[in-house]
Amino acid sequence: MPAVSETIETVQSATEGAYKWGFHTDIEMDYAPKGLNEDIVRFISAKKNEPQWLLDWRLKAYRMWLKMEEPRWPAVSYPPIDYQDAYYYAAPSKAAPKSLADVDPELLRTYEKLGIPLKEQAWLAGVQPEEGEERERLPIAVDAVFDSVSVATTFKDRLAKEGIIFCSISEAVHNHPELVRQYLGTVVPQGDNFYAALNSAVFTDGSFVYIPKGVRCPMELSTYFRINAKSTGQFERTLIIAEEGSRVSYLEGCTAPMRDENQLHAAVVELVAMDDATIKYSTVQNWYPGDAEGRGGIYNFVTKRAHCRGARSKVSWTQVETGSAITWKYPSCVLLGDDSVGEFYSVAITNNRQQADTGTKMIHVGKRTRSTIVSKGISAGRGQNTYRGLVKVAPAAAGARNYTQCDSLLIGDQCGAHTVPYIENRCMTAKTEHEATTSRIADDQLFYCRQRGLSEEDAVGLIVNGFCREVLKELPMEFAVEAQKLLQISLEGSVG
Amino acid sequence: MTAMQQKGAEGFLHRYEGLRERLPGVRLPWVAALRDVAAVAFRASGLPTRRIEAWRYTDLRAVGEAGFDEALTSLEDGQDLPAMRGSARAVFLDGRFRADLSDLDGVGYAVGSLATELRKLEGRVGALARPEEQPLAALNTMLFEDGLVVTVPAGVEGGVLDLLSVASPTERPSAFHPRHLVRLEPGSSLTLIETATGPEDGRYLHNPVFEIEVGEGATLNHARLQQEGPRAFQLSTVYARVAAGGTYDNFTLNAGGQLVRNEIHTALVGPGGACHMNGAQLLGPGQHADTTTFLDHAAPDCASRQTYKTVLSSKSRGVFQGKILVRRPAQRTDGYQMNQTLFLSPDAEIDSKPQLEIYADDVKCSHGATVGELDAEQLFYLRARGIPGERARAMLVEAFLTEAVEGVSDPVARGALEAAVTGWWSRQMKDAA
Repeated sequence: MPAVSETIETVQSATEGAYKWGFHTDIEMDYAPKGLNEDIVRFISAKKNEPQWLLDWRLKAYRMWLKMEEPRWPAVSYPPIDYQDAYYYAAPSKAAPKSLADVDPELLRTYEKLGIPLKEQAWLAGVQPEEGEERERLPIAVDAVFDSVSVATTFKDRLAKEGIIFCSISEAVHNHPELVRQYLGTVVPQGDNFYAALNSAVFTDGSFVYIPKGVRCPMELSTYFRINAKSTGQFERTLIIAEEGSRVSYLEGCTAPMRDENQLHAAVVELVAMDDATIKYSTVQNWYPGDAEGRGGIYNFVTKRAHCRGARSKVSWTQVETGSAITWKYPSCVLLGDDSVGEFYSVAITNNRQQADTGTKMIHVGKRTRSTIVSKGISAGRGQNTYRGLVKVAPAAAGARNYTQCDSLLIGDQCGAHTVPYIENRCMTAKTEHEATTSRIADDQLFYCRQRGLSEEDAVGLIVNGFCREVLKELPMEFAVEAQKLLQISLEGSVG
Repeated sequence: MTAMQQKGAEGFLHRYEGLRERLPGVRLPWVAALRDVAAVAFRASGLPTRRIEAWRYTDLRAVGEAGFDEALTSLEDGQDLPAMRGSARAVFLDGRFRADLSDLDGVGYAVGSLATELRKLEGRVGALARPEEQPLAALNTMLFEDGLVVTVPAGVEGGVLDLLSVASPTERPSAFHPRHLVRLEPGSSLTLIETATGPEDGRYLHNPVFEIEVGEGATLNHARLQQEGPRAFQLSTVYARVAAGGTYDNFTLNAGGQLVRNEIHTALVGPGGACHMNGAQLLGPGQHADTTTFLDHAAPDCASRQTYKTVLSSKSRGVFQGKILVRRPAQRTDGYQMNQTLFLSPDAEIDSKPQLEIYADDVKCSHGATVGELDAEQLFYLRARGIPGERARAMLVEAFLTEAVEGVSDPVARGALEAAVTGWWSRQMKDAA
């Protein structure tokens, strides 16, 4: 199959080319000393002027972390991480700007290079409004995180009018301490796992969203995370609370500049949905994956979990994972409320020497709870891609329903695709279904497309897009554009 | 390791120390070496605990607590042996071969007892078993006394061989660890129907290990009817290696026992090999049965099919773990695995973990898993046509199991399985009434 080897070569040349967004911005940093101990935790807390209860909370997490072991069960391998050889606090040295105009111009230039939609009108200018309808384009509110501190929050007024709180979590600690205290750590407790404990001890910033009762958030909320300072682990903490009958769609995306050292990223995301509330959480993750030999790249060890606490509440996770050297991520739903719904849609791509071990957990507790899992894994180069998921049905979850579909696509003969689902059912009236397939792009599919005049690259793009379609259609339109771009960058001409 | 597992492991090690000079093959250096290496492995691992991923859903604490003695072999009056199905039969009582109860005359292949033939079996015992990886295989290697040895010469059609394993009634818990060796030379065939039974009230551990070699173009049908006594532990491990163009069919029925583990490791090592692994777990009150399969596609152009069905009635727990590994050279692999569970009672539990690990790109691999109860609409449909409720339920359960039983190609083996399934169902109905 000469065409195959040719395309593999093309992929290699495409992916070995310089990382498109691999530039580096120099901004004066304010570092905490290297390493991790109780003093560093106190330093972070003091730096952020936190109340005593939060410092105590962090210290408790730190002490738990000391006794915990790094998980070894994921199907990923990497050299041991020296947690004492990293900085745990790095913030732009100037005071947080009040508006976009105050933002360090260098930072704005960085965003411009990234095409981040701070000016998303321009970004979307090419999109035609629907026929016969002059619809007002809803803007996206951006809480941009540059390294560890939130530096720009837009559209605040508009959101405030609705009673919505959208700010950095450090701001929330000062302005809405009762809410933060009530919910922080209730979904992902400090001692949940090794990385969550680490995050709880040293988290520097992240987003806080509160949607009051009955409010439908008028715009997509968006955060762009970036990792910028050399040797700075990033530990975001995001907390989203949707009160009864409210709705919110939250977008999270990230790109990172090229660098040589592995960087640790251990975020925690907590979602709480009350009666009839809906949270849609979408992620496009495109951190630096390392070079073709697997040097550098981000270690992405993330804990994301949602509590569907209310009846008829709904949480939908959608993720497109194209970046990072190692991804360890299981966005989960605990379906507590009767008739609550959990969804997980995922596309994960591993190329070169990337490794991904990702999936979800759906824990059915309430009656007639429903969950859907659709996972698409694409492995190319020497990538290793694992779906790992758990569907657990408690005895009380009468009439619960789960449908799981995991498909893997292999590109080239040096990669691996793995599926590890766990199904634990203790309820007679519950119904669970799981199916998984593994295949490659068939020669006849390629032949069919090429015969009709498509170039090999377009044909592959078409087929891969079709393979991921069920997931991509779940993304908000603004994100779908970027996601498709990323798929192309990750796999350009890559298939045989 | 929990205290109980520790204690249980020490009991077995202690037994090994005591029996070492009396076990078969003690004067054969290679046997002594195998046993000693296994003892070192078992001392390090102990009885597996739930902290080990492969044992996540099956707890061996009860085995650790039991404190087993040597089996005092005897057959009580009135303890009938099941009827013969094939042209030949080998009977093992408490893991020891009984020539007086067996009927092996006139078979066209070599068959005998491991204890008797051990000195001729260097290189065959331990060829496939992995005591360093599976603690129960280590336990077996340490303590095996006997087993079945079958060698079917090239081109010979071996017909049907019955392997009967019977546990005798004992006051104190007993344990036996038979090692069975089956070799099919190129182009030969055999149907091996294995039945394991034991007394109604006896507590015993049956820990067999099979080492099965299927030669080029050979076919082995291996039907296993596990109908141990209701207080028994059966922890069995099957290792099979299939050469080019060979076929290994395994069907395992788990109907008896209190705590059962059926672990199968099959490797397809030659091009064009095939493997069918099917099974049914029919579980009643308090039973725990675990089927764990590992299918290793190591050569190109092989096909594998697995269908496992579990029916759960009250307070029972079923476990299925099935892993398919496709190695890099195993291009054009066609792998399929289905695992389905039917709940008949609200207080049962199923844990299912199908798993794919794939390193070759030109493959077709899929697995599926479903869990549910009897379909109310189907029941209604049957009852609307005048079929009584219990009969309708029986029909639907039977239909549910058909797909797995259908995969058994040998008619004798299939008949035996169907009879066992029917027997289980009528016992359930009797108990329910």
